Amino acid sequence: MEDLLNAFFLMSNFVFVPAIAYGSQLALGAVGVTLVYGILRFSNFAHGDTMAFGTMFVILFTWLFQSYGINLGPLPTALLALPFGIIITIVFLLGSDKLVYKFYRAKKAVPVTYLIASVGIMFVLNGIVRFIIGPNDQRFADGERFIIKAKTMKQFLGTAEGVSIKVSQGLTVVTAIIVVMVLFWFLNKTRTGKSMRAFSDNEDLALLSGINPDKVVAVTWILVAILATIAGTLYGLDKSFKPFTYFMLLLPIFASAIVGGLGNPLGAIAGGFVIAFSEIMITYPYKKFVAYIVPGDWKPEGLVQLLATDYKFAVSFIILVLVLLFRPTGIFAGKSV
Amino acid sequence: MLLNRNFIYFTIMALLLIGVGQFQSWNVSLSILNLCLISAIMALGVNIQWGYAGLFNVGIMGFAALGGLAAVLVAMPPVEGAWATGGWGAIGGLILAVISISLAVITYKRMKAGRYRTISIITICIIGFFVTRMVFGPATQAIEAINPAKSGYLGGLGLPIVVSWPVGGLFAGIAAWVIGKITLGLRSDYLAIATLGISEIIIAVLKHEDWMTRGVKNVIGMPRPVPYEVNLQTTEWFINLSNSLGAEPIGFSSIFVKICYASLFMLMLLIVLWLSETALKSPWGRMMRAIRDNEVSANAMGKNVTKRHLQVFVLGSVVVGLAGAMLTTLDGQLTPTSYQPLRFTFLIWIMVIVGGSGNNWGAILGGFVIWFFWIEAEPLGILLMNVITSGMSEDSGLRLHLINSAAHMRLMTMGLILLLVLRFSPKGLLPEKS
Repeated sequence: MEDLLNAFFLMSNFVFVPAIAYGSQLALGAVGVTLVYGILRFSNFAHGDTMAFGTMFVILFTWLFQSYGINLGPLPTALLALPFGIIITIVFLLGSDKLVYKFYRAKKAVPVTYLIASVGIMFVLNGIVRFIIGPNDQRFADGERFIIKAKTMKQFLGTAEGVSIKVSQGLTVVTAIIVVMVLFWFLNKTRTGKSMRAFSDNEDLALLSGINPDKVVAVTWILVAILATIAGTLYGLDKSFKPFTYFMLLLPIFASAIVGGLGNPLGAIAGGFVIAFSEIMITYPYKKFVAYIVPGDWKPEGLVQLLATDYKFAVSFIILVLVLLFRPTGIFAGKSV
Repeated sequence: MLLNRNFIYFTIMALLLIGVGQFQSWNVSLSILNLCLISAIMALGVNIQWGYAGLFNVGIMGFAALGGLAAVLVAMPPVEGAWATGGWGAIGGLILAVISISLAVITYKRMKAGRYRTISIITICIIGFFVTRMVFGPATQAIEAINPAKSGYLGGLGLPIVVSWPVGGLFAGIAAWVIGKITLGLRSDYLAIATLGISEIIIAVLKHEDWMTRGVKNVIGMPRPVPYEVNLQTTEWFINLSNSLGAEPIGFSSIFVKICYASLFMLMLLIVLWLSETALKSPWGRMMRAIRDNEVSANAMGKNVTKRHLQVFVLGSVVVGLAGAMLTTLDGQLTPTSYQPLRFTFLIWIMVIVGGSGNNWGAILGGFVIWFFWIEAEPLGILLMNVITSGMSEDSGLRLHLINSAAHMRLMTMGLILLLVLRFSPKGLLPEKS
């Protein structure tokens, strides 16, 4: 019995809790990608770097607050800096829309042109981020580290393993739930949100009924900036901030959005969790876990790992390929193929 | 008129390279030229996909890396004992993997849809996975255990490295076929995302499959298609040649080697260019452009759009793979960590778009211009930063930060160039002939 409990705690520490946190981060990122896809109708390659851009400003403001001695006690100071990062990202995205995408919208350019333009923006963002903060790892988490410490739990229960939950993980999940609830309230209940959904469903009809496309687009970019900055900051708090990692997040984020059906925010959230759970479960070495659940001397020799951690991107890719092969519109119907 | 424009731009480019030769050094100028030639071939490959057919490939890096892998597998001498201990196990493992995937595909096609089909496919995949790993794992470990400091990998076939160029093309072509088969026919975005994914995975494989590529330990000292400097310096005819040119043999030998490379690359470029131009002017090329410009009507005319797209996607990737193998040949080493998407994928894109998509000459010009500025922008950036910060004190933190970050300015500049060209001159320097 105790072994089973140990095995369960082990899974919770290294698989369930990290996967829920990572899944929430991916979900927030994927909702941003899916919103751009639904309203502006292109895959935004700059999204990963938008996340890096927003997070960078959050880090800079965090450092500023820290130098003034301002903090949030047990919570990371980054939460206080978040609104400032969001505002700067909003300004940048609205500016980039005005300078770049607006022109192509007026021309009714083909989607691939937007795609290339977004690659250009990605380059610019990449350059800005590396120019200001450099290409290296930055850690900016402060405050308490754990909500539940493994040690306390062990002493309390007397088991070999204990459950531990990091503050960053708890924070990620709570923030993600709040953000998603507000987002869906906005999309479903407010006038602007409804007009966005109408625009996404049928642009011509939406325009005929007097919806102002400029406003819809601007609101989309504002939402994208909020989502991207929050997702990036949570990811950075949970792991660490490195510009290149954020670029690499593009693949799991796209995979999440496509798995859920491009253009479908609810699907993007589900997709985020599908990708996160598969990635972590397939690359986790089950050696210790198996040792707990099998009788004494059957301990496995190897790591009992399905796929080396180095290939975690392959997992999102394979899921992406399977979805494209069997259900190109995603597990929840998204935009047409 | 257009020929004039070609002539003017290429003359300016030649003058720039000569200028670098005169004022910096001929060595630098020839190194730039060599990479310009390779970039031009890569850009031609991308132009075949984008310019002829409008396919957006974001995985150029991966296809180029496959070319580099081919260079290792073809040209490196085989490691003694590696084949005997684990070579066949590793190959057998790969074959088993292919067999299980094929079995799964056949089952999917042959059986009727339903629960039984799903169960059998999953069973095949799981059994195949574990059987493959049982054969593959010990074999690769055995290979990696052989003298890990110096080899620890299978080595190659020991053939001349030039053979690896078409092989690199073949590898890239196969990868492109798989990706194209899955994503072409769906929305254009999917091809972009899938190629982005496959290129990351190819790089991950190169980095972590030590038995094949030595991973991050790098394969160095690859054989060359041209003579070595050291040998040249002691050869009689070479010493006579450099004396008659009034040059010093030691310095001249490295220039001579670079000229040899440049001639080889130039030859390849001309072959690829001739083939691409012939293809573009043929009925096939006209059909491709018809499909690009209006898929619906081309489809109505009875053209199989998806099949043609697959064809052109594979062809373009072959050219990129070829260039990738050439690049590794020039470097003389395979360093998986040096494959960066910004340098390999997006820089090539900028070459094609700036040069003029749809025009092969434009792609070549783009390759030359962008590579030239990519190299020369670094000293310029540092110079600029030095001028900007000249008013600050020597050890000012901001000044040091700015000078250290000058290299990142290149990314931003490239992004801006891409956006500006796309907006104000979408046809590029040398527009497509209409």
